Amino acid sequence: MSRRLRMWVLLLGLTGVAATLVTAALRLPAFGTATHPYGDRAVREALAHRTANAVAAVNFDQRAFDTLGEESILFAAVLGTVVLLRQARDERQVTPAPARVSAPVRRYALVLLPVTLVTGLYIVAHGQLTPGGGFQGGVVAATALHLLYIAVDYRALERIRPIGLFEVGDAAGEAAYLVTGAAALLAGSAYLANVLPHGTFNTLASGGTVPLLNAAIGMEVACAVVVLLARFLDQAVEIEEEGEEQ
Amino acid sequence: MADLLIALALLLVAAAATAAVAVREPARQALALSLLGLTLTLLFTVLQAPDVALSQLAVGSALTPLLILLSVRKARRRSLDQVRAEQEAEDGR
Repeated sequence: MSRRLRMWVLLLGLTGVAATLVTAALRLPAFGTATHPYGDRAVREALAHRTANAVAAVNFDQRAFDTLGEESILFAAVLGTVVLLRQARDERQVTPAPARVSAPVRRYALVLLPVTLVTGLYIVAHGQLTPGGGFQGGVVAATALHLLYIAVDYRALERIRPIGLFEVGDAAGEAAYLVTGAAALLAGSAYLANVLPHGTFNTLASGGTVPLLNAAIGMEVACAVVVLLARFLDQAVEIEEEGEEQ
Repeated sequence: MADLLIALALLLVAAAATAAVAVREPARQALALSLLGLTLTLLFTVLQAPDVALSQLAVGSALTPLLILLSVRKARRRSLDQVRAEQEAEDGR
């Protein structure tokens, strides 16, 4: 294909996309108005399944299969990082020297660590009630652990972070989502259908499978972020190329 | 009032995004990116999308800049060591 022809093909494609986008945008409801065709339907479904957080209902009930795909993307990305960033033959591991931490930083990080951890777990557990859920809470909980690196040093972080265990947790979270979906098949319904009793609206035990899927995602994401950061930290702090000096 | 807040948040996002593009030094860029994450969090909050705001806050303003900083540290150390090794080779000649 000549350069000229390729430009024409590109131009044709771009025109098509632009025309489709403009046509779609023209039929959108105006910004900030009270009518939300999709929102109204989503909220009706969320209320029917006693899920107070409509966004969680969309993510883990109405479009649970879609979320499975998103979760798997993160799982695959972390798997790729683990494979790519492992210690190669021409690299060696050094023990990083502990750095001096100023007292206010240490105090601040040590006080915030449990607070952040509990906040993360709270966001996971209340995903079906209040904004947030497994993904957001998982990231918050995982970053909380790393406050120990800021407050003390790398070795302290390594002690509370058995990396093999977190890798297993990552896989277990991914598996739990799949198994929860398959359990609906056993109940004689569609894959990932919300078959559990829906419970009382606006209580912790409401939403059927939504809290379960939230917990699975929370575990997967928290472990995935810990493993991801561990691999990057290893590269930045511990692993050196052969012949490098500290 | 709401429109004013949205316009203000949009302006902040535009300013932070421009800064993130304009800054050339990777470590400073991570900081600018973190600031962009924070302004986007603000925008999503005033647009009443707290779920997205929470993700943005956790990933955009904490996790991504941290990963960039760690990568910069690794890359920079390697290049510094390479320079040193080359100099030593030249001195020894």
